Amino acid sequence: MHPAPSVIIFTTLSGLGFGLFFWLGLGVPDVSGGTAFAFFAIAYALSCAGLLASTFHLGNKKNAIYALSQWRTSWLSREGIAAILTLFLFALVAVPRIFLGAEMAISGVLGSIFALLTVFTTSMIYAQLKTIRRWHQPLTPVMFLLHALGGGALLAGEAKIAGWLLLALTLVLLAMWRIGDQRAAARGTTGDATGLAHLGEVRMLESGHTARNYVVDEMVYRVGRKHAAKLRMIALGLAGALPAAILLLTPPGHITAFLALALHLTGAVIGRWLFFAEAEHVVGLYHGK
Amino acid sequence: MTALPEKTDKKLGLVIDLDTCVGCHGCVTACKGWNTQNYGAPLSDTDPYGADPGGTFLNRVFSYEAQAEGQPAQTVHMPRSCLHCDDAPCVTVCPTGASYKRSEDGIVLVNEDRCIGCGLCAWACPYGAREMDRDAGIMKKCTLCVDRIYNENLPEEDRVPACVRTCPSGARHFGDLGDPDSDVSKLVADRGGYDLMPDLGTKPVNKYLPPRAKDTLNTQPLEVIADEPQGFLGWLDKALEKL
Repeated sequence: MHPAPSVIIFTTLSGLGFGLFFWLGLGVPDVSGGTAFAFFAIAYALSCAGLLASTFHLGNKKNAIYALSQWRTSWLSREGIAAILTLFLFALVAVPRIFLGAEMAISGVLGSIFALLTVFTTSMIYAQLKTIRRWHQPLTPVMFLLHALGGGALLAGEAKIAGWLLLALTLVLLAMWRIGDQRAAARGTTGDATGLAHLGEVRMLESGHTARNYVVDEMVYRVGRKHAAKLRMIALGLAGALPAAILLLTPPGHITAFLALALHLTGAVIGRWLFFAEAEHVVGLYHGK
Repeated sequence: MTALPEKTDKKLGLVIDLDTCVGCHGCVTACKGWNTQNYGAPLSDTDPYGADPGGTFLNRVFSYEAQAEGQPAQTVHMPRSCLHCDDAPCVTVCPTGASYKRSEDGIVLVNEDRCIGCGLCAWACPYGAREMDRDAGIMKKCTLCVDRIYNENLPEEDRVPACVRTCPSGARHFGDLGDPDSDVSKLVADRGGYDLMPDLGTKPVNKYLPPRAKDTLNTQPLEVIADEPQGFLGWLDKALEKL
């Protein structure tokens, strides 16, 4: 799949933002006044920047308002609604906490639930697609949720919780890749896709186009596969293993936390790029790929 | 709404005969012509006379080669367009309601006034049947020539999809696949018409008719005939050896 920068920025930043919202809603860290303002500002900045980025690749932005209408069937529509509800709920939490010093415990918990729900709906946009077998597995939402929870805990300054969550993320990434490889390998052949397998071995003789086109650019053209194994190790180390080790094995402090965050973000972006770049769509079989 | 209708009154669709198709791309051209000048945004051609031409098509013909062990290879031309699936995943993923399946005839369409061009429907389609038009920024797909088949301004013989009307080899058939007594349904039953990638659960309406069995070639490959040359050739062989 084409790794569009807008979608990579969207999923990593908004995931991180909603992850921070989750912890803030639970009162972690327990802050008020100016400190609370800073934390909420970071959460809003990340989630809104991500959501804005997601609109960059739209071909027809003027119709964007309709995207909230099909929540009965569409995960993308649900995602939009969940995100807006979460941002609204946290306005009700943030304003009293910053200016009145009020706890807002119940609305906070409700906001946290919606923050996680938003990340889950984001992950289901990808996990629902039967056409991309690598993504169509239960660990896809788990991976998105652990990114949000772990990254969010890091931003919230909860070093030990973040460490354990990023350790869990490391294991989930490994399992997700393993299962994904098996699922992708069982994708079938050009003979299966064309229904011509009974005639013998089927190969593409001539494609239906002489120039590049949308389907090829978006779904058939694959990048990053040559270095997939190396990139996986880099993503695994940077997003999960290294920051987890730093957070769990060193005494908590601003410098280690910042280092862990920088490593995690870099790894998350690389991992997300790879998530798209190495995913194979079944339509590739018609193109002999 | 992007909820699929529980049942459609008709199941209009195409039956494509892979035995008869000669791969002339006539249907591709007729489709592009009609759909550029009629329903919705035109199918764009980007950089048509330049170094990197591209464009949107709703129908494309691929050619495959099938070869069984020890048999001669066989060419199969496969036109590919939207299959107007009963369980269309492209419709349910649409966030705006732009994609929909009509309950009256089962045609899957895009309402271009609602489409945001997010491309998720194209990701959900296993068949590569949807292409984003890069000029208009909206998703294009086969309409089954909805603006021809009911068009009373056209002579009756033209009220079929442009690809069917133009096919010179009679490889494309149009009709109601929900009616077991229709010509297309009988054709599918007679010839063992099949679905593309049925395991994905999309329940395509369009069917493909498999190539008919070929005659088997009885001739063995040529044997080496002059291993031990006899008669005149034997004498010549020996004579040449002695030279």
